[in-house]
Amino acid sequence: MGGANLPATNWTLIATSREFKDLVALKKTFIVPACVFFLVYYFGLAVLVGYLPKFASTRVVGTVTLAYLFALSQFVAGWVIAGLYLAAAAKFDALSDDILAHVDERRRSQ
Amino acid sequence: MANSLAVFLVLFFVVGTLGITYWAAKRSRGAGAYFAAGRRITAWQNGFAVAGDFMSAASFLGLIGLIALQGMDGILYSVGGFIAFVTILLVIAEPLRNLGKYTMGDVLAYRFRPRPVRALAAFSTLTTATFYMIAQMVGAGALVNLLLANSGISYNMAVAGVGTLMMIYVIFGGMLATTWVQIIKAMLLSACGLALTILVLARFHFRLLPFFEAASQIAYHQKSQLVIRDFLQPGLHYHPPHGPLDLLSLSLMFVLGTAGLPHVLVKFYTVPDAKTARHSVVWAMIVIGVFYVLATILGLGAAIEIGPDSILANGGTNMAGPRLAQVVGGDLFLAFVSAVAFATILAVVAGLMISASTSFAHDFWINVIHQGMERKAGEIVRVARVAALAIGVLSMLIAIRLGPASNVIILATFGMVVAASANFPVLALSVYWRRFNTAGAVAGLTVGLLASLVFIVTGPNFTGLDAASTTGGRHLIQAQPWFPYENVGIVSVPLGLVAAIIATLLTKEPSAESMFDELTVRANTGLGAERASG
Repeated sequence: MGGANLPATNWTLIATSREFKDLVALKKTFIVPACVFFLVYYFGLAVLVGYLPKFASTRVVGTVTLAYLFALSQFVAGWVIAGLYLAAAAKFDALSDDILAHVDERRRSQ
Repeated sequence: MANSLAVFLVLFFVVGTLGITYWAAKRSRGAGAYFAAGRRITAWQNGFAVAGDFMSAASFLGLIGLIALQGMDGILYSVGGFIAFVTILLVIAEPLRNLGKYTMGDVLAYRFRPRPVRALAAFSTLTTATFYMIAQMVGAGALVNLLLANSGISYNMAVAGVGTLMMIYVIFGGMLATTWVQIIKAMLLSACGLALTILVLARFHFRLLPFFEAASQIAYHQKSQLVIRDFLQPGLHYHPPHGPLDLLSLSLMFVLGTAGLPHVLVKFYTVPDAKTARHSVVWAMIVIGVFYVLATILGLGAAIEIGPDSILANGGTNMAGPRLAQVVGGDLFLAFVSAVAFATILAVVAGLMISASTSFAHDFWINVIHQGMERKAGEIVRVARVAALAIGVLSMLIAIRLGPASNVIILATFGMVVAASANFPVLALSVYWRRFNTAGAVAGLTVGLLASLVFIVTGPNFTGLDAASTTGGRHLIQAQPWFPYENVGIVSVPLGLVAAIIATLLTKEPSAESMFDELTVRANTGLGAERASG
């Protein structure tokens, strides 16, 4: 099992470093709004279907209702969030690689 | 003819998967290989494996039947099962992979006193996985009963067969064999869903509007009155006074529960790193999403082609999909769908079994009882194998005792509710809240579990008055339900969460707080995470 014990690592030093704080802050700017959006959008379907059944039954194309289209759009929304997250996460990975490189440097200079 | 073809296809799948198990058993050396497939599964492989692990017979057969009877209300189940993976993607998969080794207990044990939280995590994993497994086995037996009525294979034989195969996959092939069984099953299921959708739409010359037009005029009997309903409009199942809140409760259970299912979470330990875990969730979202969108067509198709009256009269919701296959594709296609349904059940029970036996061996045996040390090399894998045998035999006996007519949906739901009310909140708080501590984790897990149990048992799925003439699917407790909602998440989730927060604020655990620096660095950078091995 590789590297489960790293006694030489000063975790607090990393956790309080500028670059780590930047990484966590950057992650938050994506993940928090993304979670708020998808939860509101997702529970919006249950609210529409449960509390506004008349409005949800509005026929949009042919007999296809607003409720059904809203349900299908949940899948599209999920895939779009996933795609955006993959793009954003590539940036997180780059920042995290920098942090790991610095940790390695410090360890070698000790 | 169709029966013997179905039996032949099932045998073909069984022989193939046993071959994989033999290959996996020869490759498997050591605990990392046995419990986590050496952490060498690639992103697309794990994506299919997660899909194969998650999409149970309930989501294949059950979902189609549910939509065929409840229309739009049933479609909410398919949305919930899919959207849950956004939670997994954004919140839990990567920290879990970076922090843990084999189980969700690893994440909880990180900065808390390990024995109480591991014991509770193991208990929660074992009970939910076993209940879920029994439900799947009863489903398999009932399926055989209905599909292969004249083939000479009885309910008991089917349960014993599924149980034995599951034990062989897990005991000999470990996580590697389980993963490949799940990958193949997910591919078969996707192919099956796609083919069935094409056959359904072909009857409407691939024109969608006439298809939805037909779905808007479904005629059936309700209290011996002929009614015509639009299945694209809501309200067929969930209606006032309790319906709207029940729907919110259902949605809440899905979006949090899936992200707390131990057998889904363990799959993220089988990949080399957090980045692969992330990509594998997206693969799973594609496989599951496409299947669930198709399932809405199949469910509506079953309502159109077979009709709710006939579905209820001949085998119930679970048979809607197979019967639709027979109507649109003939006996040969029915045989194919039946075989895929069987493969589906096998892949899911194997996944449940390995997560249960891993949690017993790793969380309970090694870490709770023996302070984290193996007394002899290879002890942990041996214990897991014995646990798999014991859990497998026990589940088989209970499934045979319950019999094919029992209402098992409740057993499957239980796992999801516990995951939403106990596992997920505690996991998320331990990764994201510095102040969170052992007392909070113990309180959250205990209250979440108990609340799920109490409200399910007193709710309308478990407790109810049946007419004396009802034979199949009778309520287990014959009384007026005390709790009015079918879906208990709306009450059990807040209870578990509040318990976790209050217990945390009432106690102080400086060591848990100071360990948060290490946890968050590891979770966010993958520093010191478990690496891939042979």
